[in-house]
Amino acid sequence: MKRVVITGAGTINALGTDVATTLEAMREGRCGIGPLEFRDVDRLSIRIGGQVKGYDPEAAFTRQQLALYDRFTQFTLIAARQAVAQSGIAFDDALALRAGVILGNSGGGMTTLDENYRSVYEEGKNRVHPFVVPKLMNNAAASHVSMTWGLHGPSYTVSTACASSNHAMAQAFQMVRCGQSPVMLTGGSESMLCFGGVKAWEGLRVMSKDTCRPFSANRNGMVQGEGAGVFVFEEYERARARGAEILAEVVGAAMTSDACDIVMPSKDGAARTISGALRDAGLNPEDVGYINAHGTGTAANDKTECAAVADVFGRHADRLMMSSTKSMHGHLIGGTGAVELLACIMAVRDGIVAPTINYDEPDPECALDVVPNAARETHVDVALSNAFAFGGLNAVLALRRAE
Amino acid sequence: MSISDRVIAIIAEQAMLEPSDVTLDSSLEDLGVDSLGLVESIFAIEEAFDITVPFNANEPSAGDFDISTVGAIVASVQRLIAEQS
Repeated sequence: MKRVVITGAGTINALGTDVATTLEAMREGRCGIGPLEFRDVDRLSIRIGGQVKGYDPEAAFTRQQLALYDRFTQFTLIAARQAVAQSGIAFDDALALRAGVILGNSGGGMTTLDENYRSVYEEGKNRVHPFVVPKLMNNAAASHVSMTWGLHGPSYTVSTACASSNHAMAQAFQMVRCGQSPVMLTGGSESMLCFGGVKAWEGLRVMSKDTCRPFSANRNGMVQGEGAGVFVFEEYERARARGAEILAEVVGAAMTSDACDIVMPSKDGAARTISGALRDAGLNPEDVGYINAHGTGTAANDKTECAAVADVFGRHADRLMMSSTKSMHGHLIGGTGAVELLACIMAVRDGIVAPTINYDEPDPECALDVVPNAARETHVDVALSNAFAFGGLNAVLALRRAE
Repeated sequence: MSISDRVIAIIAEQAMLEPSDVTLDSSLEDLGVDSLGLVESIFAIEEAFDITVPFNANEPSAGDFDISTVGAIVASVQRLIAEQS
C-alpha cells in the first residue's frame, strides 16, 4: 500500500477567496455568515447564510465558460486552480492518463435550476438556454476539472448530502493508496444559496434565523454556506521525489451507513465511522489531538456527535479538542468536508486549532473541549474530519502532520 | 368543521388513527407522532388555515406555539388565526 499526501489546496467560501485568507479568518474566529443577497430573498423566512460576497464571475471566467459553468462549477474551478498551482504538479502525458477527479456535491447546479424554473413556470417562457442540462448536472464540476487539466483517469461525482466531500476524498485516498492512480484532484463544492434552495431547507424547520452556534446550549439550527475546497492527493514517494511541499498526510478513512433514519443521526453510526478511520490509519485514540466536528448547530447532531466521540475516545475525549468551523463558514452541504479539511491541515501543519465561534452557553450534553470562540496554538499530530449526512451516510478522514 | 376538528383530523392522519381516537389531552408522543410527523403536521396546519406557525425543530418548546398536547396545539392555532387574519 502506498502512502498518500496532500500537496495542494484551494478554496473559495464565505471566509475568503483562497486558503490563506480562509485560514486567517479561522484563526481570528471571524464569522462569514450574514444577510443573504439574491432575488426574492424577502419571500424567505430564513435570510442568512455563509454567502460568497464580492465575487465577480466575469473576472475569473470568459463569457463562453460562464455559459457552461453553474456557480458550483465556478467555485470548483477556482479552488482547483489554486490547488494545482500550489502543488506545482505538471500533468505530463503519462501522468494525465492516470490522474482523475473525485468531487463531492449534493444539489448540482441549483442556481441554474432555480433561474430556469422561474423562467418557464413564473415567466411563462417556452425556451431555455441550450446548456441548462450540462450546466446543472452534478458531475459538471468534476468534468470541467478533468477537461481543464486534461486528466484522463477515473473521474466522477459523489453525492451523499452533507458527507459528499468526505466520501469523495475517502475514495480518492483509497485510489491513490492502492496504486490505481498516482494523483487525484478531490474535494467538493456546493452552491444552494438561491431562492429555491433556501426555500426547500426552510421547510424542514432546522435552520437558524440568526446564526450558527454549534455545541452551545442556545443553538437553534444550521446555517447554509456555499463554496468549494479542492486538494491534490498524491502518492508520497512521487511527491517527495519531485520535492513537493507536503501539507499533510492522509492516513485513514472510513465510511459507514446508519441504516436507520432519513434525517436523524445515529450515535452508533458516527462512533463506528470514527473508530473505523482510526483502525484504517493504524492509530490509537490517544493519538488524536483535534477533530473537526460535523457540528451543524442542530439540537440533534451536536449531542449525538459528542456522545459518539465520548464513546470512541473514553477518557481521552476530555483531552482532545473538537471544533465546528461551520460556525464561521456555514454548512456547505456537499462541499463542507472539503472546506473543513483546511482546518485539519492548519491544526497539524501550523499547530493552530480553529475555534467554534458564537459559543454562548455550555450544554451538558456537549461537554467536550469545543475550542470556544478563540483559536488555540498547540501541537497536533493527528486530526480527524467528521461528516454525518442526512440519510445516515457517514465518512471520517484522518490526517497526520507531514514528516 | 371547527378549528379543533380540523387540527384533530390533521394529527389523526399523521398518527394513522381515527379522529375519534385523538383527544384534546393526548400528547403527540402518546399518539406516536415523531419529530418528522410533527414537522409534517405543522406544514399541514399552515396550509389548512393559511397561517405561519413559528416552529423550529431545534427548540420545539421555545416560542409561543405550544405543542405539549393536541388541545394546546388547537389553542395556539386559534390564536395564530386571530393574529394573522
